[in-house]
Amino acid sequence: MIAELGLAALWMCAALAVLQLIGGGLAQRGDEASGMAALVRPAAIVQGVLAGFAFVCLLWVFAVTDLSVKLVATNSHSMKPMIFKLSGAWGNHEGSMLLWVTVMALAGGLIALVEKRLPVKTMQATLAAQGFVAIGFYAFLLLSSNPFERLPMPAQEGQGLNPLLQDIGLAFHPPTLYFGYVGLSVAFSFAVGALMTRQVTPEFARVMRPWVLGAWVFLTLGITAGSYWAYYELGWGGWWFWDPVENASLMPWLAATALLHSVSVLAARDALRTWTIMLGVIAFSMSMLGTFLVRSGLLTSVHAFAVDPERGTFILILLALYIGGALLLFGLRAGYVREGERFQLTSREGALVFNNVMLSAILGIVLLGTLYPLLTEAFDIRVSVGPPYFNPVGAIFAIPMLLVMAVGPLLRWRRDSIKRIGLPLAIIGSIMVTVAVLAGVLGDMAILPLLGLAIAIGLAVASFLPLRGRNLLRVPIATWGMVLAHFGIAVALFGMASESAFTKERLAAVSPGDTIEVGDWQVTLQSVDPIAGPNWTAMEARVFAQRGAGEAIELAPQSRNFWAPQMQTTESALATTWDGQLYAVIGNRAGDGRWQLRLWWKPFVTFIWYGGLLISLGGALAIIGRVLADLKRRSVQSRAGVRRTERREKGFA
Amino acid sequence: MRWTVWAPLALFTFFVGLAAYQLSQPKDEFIPSGMVGKPLPEFALDPIVDGLPGVSTDDFQDGTPKLLNIWASWCLPCIAEAPHLERLKEAGVEILGVAIRDQPEDVARFLERHGNPYAQIGSDDLSAIQFEIGSSGVPETYVIDGAGIIRHQHIGDVRSDDVQMLLALLEEAR
Repeated sequence: MIAELGLAALWMCAALAVLQLIGGGLAQRGDEASGMAALVRPAAIVQGVLAGFAFVCLLWVFAVTDLSVKLVATNSHSMKPMIFKLSGAWGNHEGSMLLWVTVMALAGGLIALVEKRLPVKTMQATLAAQGFVAIGFYAFLLLSSNPFERLPMPAQEGQGLNPLLQDIGLAFHPPTLYFGYVGLSVAFSFAVGALMTRQVTPEFARVMRPWVLGAWVFLTLGITAGSYWAYYELGWGGWWFWDPVENASLMPWLAATALLHSVSVLAARDALRTWTIMLGVIAFSMSMLGTFLVRSGLLTSVHAFAVDPERGTFILILLALYIGGALLLFGLRAGYVREGERFQLTSREGALVFNNVMLSAILGIVLLGTLYPLLTEAFDIRVSVGPPYFNPVGAIFAIPMLLVMAVGPLLRWRRDSIKRIGLPLAIIGSIMVTVAVLAGVLGDMAILPLLGLAIAIGLAVASFLPLRGRNLLRVPIATWGMVLAHFGIAVALFGMASESAFTKERLAAVSPGDTIEVGDWQVTLQSVDPIAGPNWTAMEARVFAQRGAGEAIELAPQSRNFWAPQMQTTESALATTWDGQLYAVIGNRAGDGRWQLRLWWKPFVTFIWYGGLLISLGGALAIIGRVLADLKRRSVQSRAGVRRTERREKGFA
Repeated sequence: MRWTVWAPLALFTFFVGLAAYQLSQPKDEFIPSGMVGKPLPEFALDPIVDGLPGVSTDDFQDGTPKLLNIWASWCLPCIAEAPHLERLKEAGVEILGVAIRDQPEDVARFLERHGNPYAQIGSDDLSAIQFEIGSSGVPETYVIDGAGIIRHQHIGDVRSDDVQMLLALLEEAR
């Protein structure tokens, strides 16, 4: 019954999305307040509520393990812990698509409910675009991936969830990424709405900005969480592999980063109009492209468990329809968008444009590297593109970008001179040069990590310089957000450079009682014993790691065997200190009774993810700052309005 | 300047066309080795069971084409292909085996139960030869000519209809 209710709600959602599209479309031709057009906002709100209801229905059938529902039978198991039963609801194709449309419908409902600043026509065009995108996803769900499908006979027991996914990471990683993708779909709808009505104004930028910021915060969190999850769950000791799926999440992030900066220029200075619209379209294209690459199986990757070529075709059609349509509209309308304000090269706008171009270049490089195997395969040549391409080629554009990023926030809008910021420039420059020289002389490291360390430390200092000489209590919250986010980039960069420059690795076959060294750690294998979990058994090693005369830390890496479904996984064990992580993986037993033990000492590797968190926190502060400022402006305006009416009434009296 | 607004659409159309083409192609599950046509990499493997010598690159230099069979006692398809390897042996083919991540007692038991078509068996504990020769799984069978050049890679178990094909390839490599 619950499953049928969920399905019914989904069908109604689809109908409402159609209504939204037709109503919003008609509004562009005729009277914006008449008949169908007036229904657009309510339709979006009801659609949000119903989609939310459908998702709750899905959570319910997973929570009670209703084995007559096919999705539950194929992806869940009665013996699974509750948290994994629930997260299993979106740890599969159908459920994750439902999560996607639910978040999208909720976002649509929210803008319909609260957003009052845009011209009515632009708003209706935006909601129509939102409806148009949603229809495709509803069609996809209802026609080819119904999450509520029943089995003719209830299954005796579920088949379980892929053991790699039975981890708390799954509870967070996909939803955060989806929130990000969907936030970009809202930005996309705004861009399409603005193109339809040719109203690309600073006001439009202010309306779009919190959505872009929000999407960006969630993408940052999603990527950070995904990176850490892959790092400890896969047991390979790396945090980024340039895997197609990782790239698929990085590309929307790069586009969103560029977009959020250009939207700020549009909001503050009424410049970069066409560019902002373009980025709005690109950002969402990249998130759809990501979904397509993950689902279609065109490129082999760690997300291969989600592959289905037939569904790939469906997503490709959606992709062609939405992105092709938006780019066509862009081609037709871009010429009609009035040129924005002009500015000098040495100005805040100039620096932001430079960074936008660099970010887009990196995006292009990642896109090319990701799709290149697809291109060569058409000519029957198999290649795989990895770090030797991405790292140096990306760095060519990342380094100038990071350098300008250190300086940009110090510049004034519109027109400025290098001379005015001479002192801070000298400080930043000398820090970077000193660190580079010191690292070059003292340490034996490759050029990229060396530059990374130098830039990271210089940037860390530079990120706080915009606060120089200001009353800290009066600095706007949004500025604090920027400072924090830029500092986060420096912190993450430091972690990356340090990890690649100083990591020590050791692979050894050891018997219980043996001690091996990695970095300045002494690691002793004490014993290996079998243990049992709720749906797995494992060999668990007890390993003691000691550093100098410090206290020994106990680590327990496992080699797990799941029985539903049958699969072997390695559970790494980590010892975290303030200056890095010791990473231990236990492998198989060799013929002579010794165990393979793999150890890494990774100095400051944790800074990568701390940096990611700081960046997200900065973004969150920026949203809070913007929304608070906006609410303040609204209340001032409404108070002014009240006063005006009072005066008028007095006048009449 | 006007044409630049159409560049994104043009690029996107190209991508959609490419992706559509690739989706319509059958997905190839097997990864062929890039080593076909090249000389065998240098290796020398220790024997794994008593009575059968190990395998090294030099064994393939004596002028007669041979088969190199990558297998393991823990691999089920290897049991299925055992009788067909036996037929190849009866036809006068010299088969050299490489046992992947295996134990001597398991190999001995396998040979006892399913027959022994091998003239020599080397032990590859770390899949080192597998990596070098470009093999992505077990079993795989390679046709090596008399000069030690890899002529053909057969992925998966040798079935009854593959026997004639392999014999023909060996004849061709002569």
